[in-house]
Amino acid sequence: MNVQLQNLLDDALGFVDDGGERVFLIEDCVETSGAFVLHHFLKHSLSPHSSDAVIFLSFSQPFSHYDRILRKMGCNLVVQRDNKRLIFFDMLMLDCLGREEGKTSEDLLLALYEKIHKAVEICSSPEGTRNITIIIDDVSLLEVAANCLPNLVLDFLHYCYSLTAQFGCSLITLNHEDIYSSSDEPSLLLQMEYQADVVIKAEPLSTGLATDVHGQLTVLDKGLRGCFGNSGKIRNFQFRIKDNQVSKLRPTNLEECRLSPLISHSAAAEIGIFDTS
Amino acid sequence: MAERICRALRDGALEGEHAPALTIKDSIQSPFGSLVFNHVLSQLSSFIVAQKSQSQGIVLVAFSRGPLYYEEFFKSKGNDVASSNKWIRVLDCCTDPLGWRSKLMESGRIANLTLGTSTTASLYKNVKDLDKLLLAITELGKELVGDGKGRFVVAIDSVSEMLRHTSISSVAGLLSNLRSHDQVSCLFWLLHSDIHETKAIAALEYLSSMQASAEPITRPVNGQRGNSEKLPFLEQNLRGGKIHVRFKRRNGRVRLMSEEFCIEQSGIKFTPISSEAEMIAQSLVPKVQFNLQLSEKERNDRAKVVLPFEHQGNGKTIQIYDGRKSLNEDKPEMQYTSAEKVQTVKDSGRGEIIYFRDSDDEMPDSDEDPDDDLDI
Repeated sequence: MNVQLQNLLDDALGFVDDGGERVFLIEDCVETSGAFVLHHFLKHSLSPHSSDAVIFLSFSQPFSHYDRILRKMGCNLVVQRDNKRLIFFDMLMLDCLGREEGKTSEDLLLALYEKIHKAVEICSSPEGTRNITIIIDDVSLLEVAANCLPNLVLDFLHYCYSLTAQFGCSLITLNHEDIYSSSDEPSLLLQMEYQADVVIKAEPLSTGLATDVHGQLTVLDKGLRGCFGNSGKIRNFQFRIKDNQVSKLRPTNLEECRLSPLISHSAAAEIGIFDTS
Repeated sequence: MAERICRALRDGALEGEHAPALTIKDSIQSPFGSLVFNHVLSQLSSFIVAQKSQSQGIVLVAFSRGPLYYEEFFKSKGNDVASSNKWIRVLDCCTDPLGWRSKLMESGRIANLTLGTSTTASLYKNVKDLDKLLLAITELGKELVGDGKGRFVVAIDSVSEMLRHTSISSVAGLLSNLRSHDQVSCLFWLLHSDIHETKAIAALEYLSSMQASAEPITRPVNGQRGNSEKLPFLEQNLRGGKIHVRFKRRNGRVRLMSEEFCIEQSGIKFTPISSEAEMIAQSLVPKVQFNLQLSEKERNDRAKVVLPFEHQGNGKTIQIYDGRKSLNEDKPEMQYTSAEKVQTVKDSGRGEIIYFRDSDDEMPDSDEDPDDDLDI
């Protein structure tokens, strides 16, 4: 991995200045998955040089999927989970939200908020020096799981935003741009863009498909952190995701079978970044 | 111009009149409405602390940013937090708008944690009930300025958040009630224009006496495709923009003003519109192969053209233009007749236009259509 290129992305995401209490929104589409950005955040937060913690709500993939990918990137999620640096909620398990108990959508989201709040309480250190990152993958599947209107999802996200303000944590959410593009009403995504401090868009190249370059990433930092204004920054990169070696292996258990060919292609061991700005 | 808005809010309401109200609008291309809001809040608080304003306090209804944010904000502006309790109250509709936290705390499912702010903040847990919200706002205001003649400012952090929970008619009702409240000196609110329907925005604009819209300096033309071409525009729009203000005066006249703003470390800074911005705007006019400008000669010729109306608007006697230049004598002329009374001078020797007027009182070029009385 080229250290210099990796730092370009870190710099664009503001890791160099030290984050803490920021809201990131990752937008992607069918042609270009933004999942690799999530993996990058996960690896950064669980780096051995800090004691930061991650609370991960996964609606789209099981734990083993992320474990496999992060292992390739040099990070052992099982160990981190055992060390209480990673609290992983596998929302794919049907009874996780308590749906079978006949609860309303609002009750389900309230229960989810309770889980996150408790997890943040557990992770936060008494001195408040530990950075906590809440990651939600992804919001459109959260909407499906809770079976509710977008407004209720926004209420839930609002409570997550106020958690970040209260405990000084960061919130990273992933959502799909193309799901909302045809709706007549102003979308859930637009409201999330307003709340986010940094919007990261993964898109295909305007010129179409290419073998060497898989897409472009635009990082828009509004510069509105805190109550001060700083000049916003926008950075654009083209990236190439290298093939995952794991996809060639036979699946050995039920969880691994859930990997679809599309996901295994984009599950990156390494990513190459080209700065075009 | 931004100062003008703040002065209008500072001067407040006249006796027996509705309080002045400001709508601050922005959009995702120029999401700086919150900085404009902060600027107005900061200016008004300075006036209040210096006792130069009609109002003696501010009730800040915080929907999208919590009390901690505002405490930091006022600290950064040099306001002493301890004394700020004398002139500001925050109605916290951000921390627990739907009562979820309280529900969990009461049942012991999460720890009962205080927010740790020193600014006096009252928690409001039922944002769907606007009647109670109105009561809460007015009570906080009375707490600040007393029951008598004292007045307070109402600042609403984001009406867009309010509209997520309740209908536009309820929100309009609340704002209208606040405007007509005896003790409200002025009010201002923030709105994201691209989240709502046009009619909701229009309803709120009707309620306000001033509207300030933050807009991007440049909008990328649709023809530009791909992020790399849009990047310079997007970056420019992140550094600043334009603010268009509409003042509605009591006599019904509307005044429009514009300024530029740029984002700095300390917040937002307003400057008059520079010619550079005009040039940037002009350079975005699509380049076509036609000449869209007039040369000097063409302008002069255009000014010399005699218009085919009864008068040329220059005070001279009325002459009918018969459709041909007076130098041309040989061509046969056409004649026009009508059933109305003759009024005007004939052009000697050549063709005539006989025009019958309805009456001598009729003004030249009036809007009355002579065919109106036809019964077809």
